[in-house]
Amino acid sequence: MVTDTIQNQVRTLPRNIKKRRVQIGLPVSIHLALKEIWRNKGRFFLISSVVALITLLVLFIAGLTEGLGQGNREYIENLNAQLVVYQDKADLSIPTSRMSLATVRQLRQVEGVEAVGAVAFSNVSIPLPGGKPPLKISLIGVLPGEPGEPVVNQGQGLRSKRADETVIDAGVAQRTGLKVGDVLTVRSTVGSKEQLYDLRIVGIAPSSQYFIAPSIFVPYITWDKVRPQPLATSQTGEDPDVSFNVAAVRLNNTADAKAMSKTINNSVKEIIAVDLQTAYENTPGYSAQQSTLGLMRIFTLLIGLLVIGGFFRIQTMQKVAQIGVLKAIGTSSASIAFSSIVQIFSVNSFGVVFGALLTFGLALGLPSAVPIRFVGSAIASSLIALLVIGPIGGLASIQVLLKAEPLRALGLAS
Amino acid sequence: MAIALETQVVTKQYENAGQAIRAVDEVSVNVKAGEFVALIGPSGSGKTTLLALLAGLLRPTGGNIFIDGSPLWQMSDKDRTQFRGEKIGFIFQSSNLVPYLSALENVELMLKLNGRLDKSGREWAKELLDQLGLKDRMGNLPSQMSGGQQQRVAIARALVHEPAVVLADEPTASLDTERAYQVVQTLATLIHAQNRAGIMVTHDLRMTRWVDKVIRMTDGKVAQIIESKGEIEAYSRGSEH
Repeated sequence: MVTDTIQNQVRTLPRNIKKRRVQIGLPVSIHLALKEIWRNKGRFFLISSVVALITLLVLFIAGLTEGLGQGNREYIENLNAQLVVYQDKADLSIPTSRMSLATVRQLRQVEGVEAVGAVAFSNVSIPLPGGKPPLKISLIGVLPGEPGEPVVNQGQGLRSKRADETVIDAGVAQRTGLKVGDVLTVRSTVGSKEQLYDLRIVGIAPSSQYFIAPSIFVPYITWDKVRPQPLATSQTGEDPDVSFNVAAVRLNNTADAKAMSKTINNSVKEIIAVDLQTAYENTPGYSAQQSTLGLMRIFTLLIGLLVIGGFFRIQTMQKVAQIGVLKAIGTSSASIAFSSIVQIFSVNSFGVVFGALLTFGLALGLPSAVPIRFVGSAIASSLIALLVIGPIGGLASIQVLLKAEPLRALGLAS
Repeated sequence: MAIALETQVVTKQYENAGQAIRAVDEVSVNVKAGEFVALIGPSGSGKTTLLALLAGLLRPTGGNIFIDGSPLWQMSDKDRTQFRGEKIGFIFQSSNLVPYLSALENVELMLKLNGRLDKSGREWAKELLDQLGLKDRMGNLPSQMSGGQQQRVAIARALVHEPAVVLADEPTASLDTERAYQVVQTLATLIHAQNRAGIMVTHDLRMTRWVDKVIRMTDGKVAQIIESKGEIEAYSRGSEH
């Protein structure tokens, strides 16, 4: 019998535990938090997995935002110029803007301008061997040696305004396997017919995507010949009257861009000069795309907030009676609240780390054509946001447990 | 024996639809160290409310409560919570153990709350569980134990930190008769052996056979105090018949 055992063995509390001594183990709040997680591993792993999936989604959206953004702005952002000049009626739209060499010459006359290059944009494709789909690229016509032509890191720049040569960007080089000295065949259209052009690669520039496509750079007269055209034109020995889209302006004083844009606008008629950021933000679809993806990211974070908040609130409501018992036996509300914070933080952090590892693992297997780019600052801000939403989501549950009355332990409530 | 718990004209009054209801009405009782008291009475007589007042969980409308000489309701909320953890041991009706802690961890929790969980404290918690016949159940979670075993763990938890007072709210409510007898007898034995003051709220008069004093409440007032062993035995036997 239990009672017989007790009567034979009872003794009072040993003297040596009457004084407060150094405790073994973790503080109460952390002890309770971790024990509950450990003994309910399945439940907490489930919510961590949901956090991991949300992390995966947020990081992919962040990567996609950066990748698509870069795909649209990379060429303009890395221009060796400070201002981009448009036709004033074009409403800062590159495809709509038209500009002649005469305007370029006028821009060169403005005091404070170091150099001006004309830039023309079009799209062609590169046929790939082995039945692969052709690689769609941006065909960019530039004035050799002037702003707009990228700085090469292999080979050399364009040498004459009408040579059948090209500088390709790193993206084209990577996807085609071509190198300096090789001949690149591009496919264009004239009227309804397909036309192939051979261009010798003279240099390779860093990645310079425009309109989510890798780019090749050709002299402006070659560009006018190669670009898709409604009707066939015959080029004579004279320079054709090429119509460019925009001009790239390099300034003597690069820090003076804002003031110089006003000076240029006042000096040359029917044009508008803007800085590079304004230029790429006005690339067709750029702002809409970035704001849409930004909104998706915010909504995903909000979903995370609701999921974590909802889970911990429901869990807290289910154990109000148990919290009442803990309070009744002398556990402070602060300890109970801290215990909950430890749980929320642990579960959320585990989910975020798990999700981040999952994302980078999946990213390694993505084809290079997928426009996802993981940039430190974007990833860091997303991870911080994900780590913060957990405790914010859990605030509602902490409010519930702070309000839980110890009287409930006795089946009473005030 | 020193007085471990004392109430002086304690009153708890509620307002209901503009009418004042006295759940506890000017109750003055005391319990000495080593004394085990049963608080009995019909439903609504105020016994659980009185227990809540004694536990420092419910503020009295009037009167004073002293535990181990300290005025319970003159402390701040924070101090009272800490005092409760140090000086009072609780046994509730059922499901009062922390479900994700093992039997030993549940008992150790009281020592942890009081900053006393060192090696000797752990040994004492194990010994107490051993004394209660739970040597093989120390690592079990509450869900892996029977109701009687859970209540014995609750008894160990209520006593391990050397409280002045042990408060038990219907500790046998969810147990069959045999286990109920066993739990109350065990509780009485330990309260006497460890010189604690014990108060047990019960509606089951058969459980009074192991107590030293019976306080019967009616309509919030102390209707009768029975201290004679013979009378208490007759009281508990009478209820059996």
